[in-house]
Amino acid sequence: MKRLLILVLLTVCSTAVLAVTDDLYPLASESDRERFHSLTKELRCPKCQNQNISDSNSPIARDMKDEVHRMVREGASNEEIFEALVSRFGEFVRYKPQFDKRTALLWATPLIVILLGGLLVMGVVVRSRRNSETSSGLTEAQREKAKRILGDHPQDRTGDSSAKDPH
Amino acid sequence: MKRLFLFVPVVLAVTLGMVLLAGIGKDPTHLESALIGKPVPAFELAKLESPDVTFNTDVFKGQVSLLNVWGTWCPSCRDEHPDLIWLAQDKGVPIIGLNYKDNRDQALQWLRRLGDPYQVNLFDPQGRLGFDLGVYGAPETYIIDKNGIVRYRHVGVVNKAVWREKLEPIVRSYQKEG
Repeated sequence: MKRLLILVLLTVCSTAVLAVTDDLYPLASESDRERFHSLTKELRCPKCQNQNISDSNSPIARDMKDEVHRMVREGASNEEIFEALVSRFGEFVRYKPQFDKRTALLWATPLIVILLGGLLVMGVVVRSRRNSETSSGLTEAQREKAKRILGDHPQDRTGDSSAKDPH
Repeated sequence: MKRLFLFVPVVLAVTLGMVLLAGIGKDPTHLESALIGKPVPAFELAKLESPDVTFNTDVFKGQVSLLNVWGTWCPSCRDEHPDLIWLAQDKGVPIIGLNYKDNRDQALQWLRRLGDPYQVNLFDPQGRLGFDLGVYGAPETYIIDKNGIVRYRHVGVVNKAVWREKLEPIVRSYQKEG
């Protein structure tokens, strides 16, 4: 009975934890709440580098969440909010860095790789097609020989093999 | 010609290896401050010793100084404290303290017990200036030039080796700049 009670308590508590973020950062409209969640998921914690500030509970992540919350409440645009945090902590805090001269290669790499891959595939296809169109590259004499070996002319083959076969 | 293509995987592997090699030994927790070359963000903070006296960015004008972010809750700050005293007393380096997210009484007690290397101590209990500076962990030490421009940030403990190898050359070059 006691165990059951504990289980029930734990279950209730764990759902309470999920609700905490909305209680800590109250926002009037559903769209603002959604914006706050997506923003805090896209900002990286400078102290605990593999976490976004939504997941992190470090003091600096809390400060950043406070700032995002304040700006969302005041109706700042997403761009303004990113700008405010990047100007303090650097481009590092954005999981999706802006496209500029420094990040051009980073953003363009997938495209470049796809293009290179496409060229490679095209090259292979073109070459194999060309090979199948033209003959296999054998002279007339070689073709005759191949036919003989493959057994198109059995009478030749026996004569040939008796001449060449050392057995 | 076809043979040459056989080397493509090797070349790719070597290139990848060089890229990865370049990352070895780099400290991923070391981030360049976004404020390098920019003025210290505007602030209005009380003096640690007396709540009635307030300071703004003018406190940095006229001298190349170190801005040291510290707090009594930060164990590494205790480690670097003797070296800050050495810097202030033996080297004559002006150090401005930023008491970050701390308790005034505890901070004063700390200075009484361990000594006070700071020319001025700014009291920032909410960490507002710290946040604007992009402080993500104390201790952090900034080099601020005569015009109040941030020139360098060091994250972590300042000791004699850090001073000699990293901070001193930069401080000297900005002092010479006039």
